[in-house]
Amino acid sequence: MESVTLQVLRYLPEEKSEPFYQDYDVPFQKKWVILDALNYIKDHVDGTLTYRWSCRMGVCGSCGMMVNDQPVLTCETFLETYLPGPIRIAPLSYFAVIRDLVVNTDDFLGKVKRAKPWLITDELKPVTEGEYRQTPDELKEYKQYSMCINCMLCYSACPIVGLDPEFVGPAAVALAQRYNYDSRDDGHGQRNKILMDDDGIYSCTLVGECSVVCPKAVDPAGAIQRYKVTGAVEWWKSVVMPWKSDK
Amino acid sequence: MSVSKNNDPFWWTLFGAGGTISAFFIPIHVVLMGIAIPLGWFDTMDYDRYLELARHPLARLYLFAVISLSLFHWAHRFRYTLYDGLQLKHLEQYIVVFCYGIATAGTFITVILIFSI
Repeated sequence: MESVTLQVLRYLPEEKSEPFYQDYDVPFQKKWVILDALNYIKDHVDGTLTYRWSCRMGVCGSCGMMVNDQPVLTCETFLETYLPGPIRIAPLSYFAVIRDLVVNTDDFLGKVKRAKPWLITDELKPVTEGEYRQTPDELKEYKQYSMCINCMLCYSACPIVGLDPEFVGPAAVALAQRYNYDSRDDGHGQRNKILMDDDGIYSCTLVGECSVVCPKAVDPAGAIQRYKVTGAVEWWKSVVMPWKSDK
Repeated sequence: MSVSKNNDPFWWTLFGAGGTISAFFIPIHVVLMGIAIPLGWFDTMDYDRYLELARHPLARLYLFAVISLSLFHWAHRFRYTLYDGLQLKHLEQYIVVFCYGIATAGTFITVILIFSI
């Protein structure tokens, strides 16, 4: 049977202080994605290989890795694309590695939390007044940004994240915009505080790679650009009409 | 509305305006005044008529906007080129003064030149 070589970056802190590449030969199957090959290694070759995965259908956002230096979801990236190999597999760039292909997500999740990606309302309607209704057009305003699955590929693609680890990053801004554009939300003033300050949206230089690698076509680069325009308008308003900047 | 504590939205506005205006108008000036007119591709006004045109208040305003905003566009872009390209972000305060300082000085010189036409 035809086989293909996977060069997997391994990091075993209790054995070696430095990461190293380990080669694995796996049988080539036309229907296999990279994740299938990793599962083959885990099941048949080397049970110590560590990586994250869950849904294997591009929904959970767990299996993001660098494949030949590109951040991809390994569950929807076919082995065939990289023939004849070898295929180089590494953990997502710019993240701290815990073990092998598993990265530490704490910093990312902290940034997402800072962007307050949840509905913030000034006043809660009593239940007796019924639902918060939304027209299809109002839904369309934010739906694209709601597709984000927190896979972190955009952070690995962003050179600004690489240079400035404090930069809030693409997904957090896209998620903030998901709620800023929601007709039921009143929270964009609170999100501005975080997203318009140092290491916020204006650190982005519109490289655009985040939108290129996004597996869900969220277009975080577009979300950031739209936020820059909104932010600039509000900044000028606060200068011209400071009495309206009390909120 | 809560707004940023820093001035980035201000610089970004000038950057955005400068990028838009220079992308639209500078190529026209390059083609017309840099190539087409010097090569005599078509009959055009003489120098005195151009001078008269440039002295019109709207023309002065236009020249000011194109030149000054383009300078601020350059300043902002060069600031981030130094930050990211040369990885000099630790020199942030000097870079900011240098880049926007040049654009501000250029703006003053532009005003002087425009009114001395």
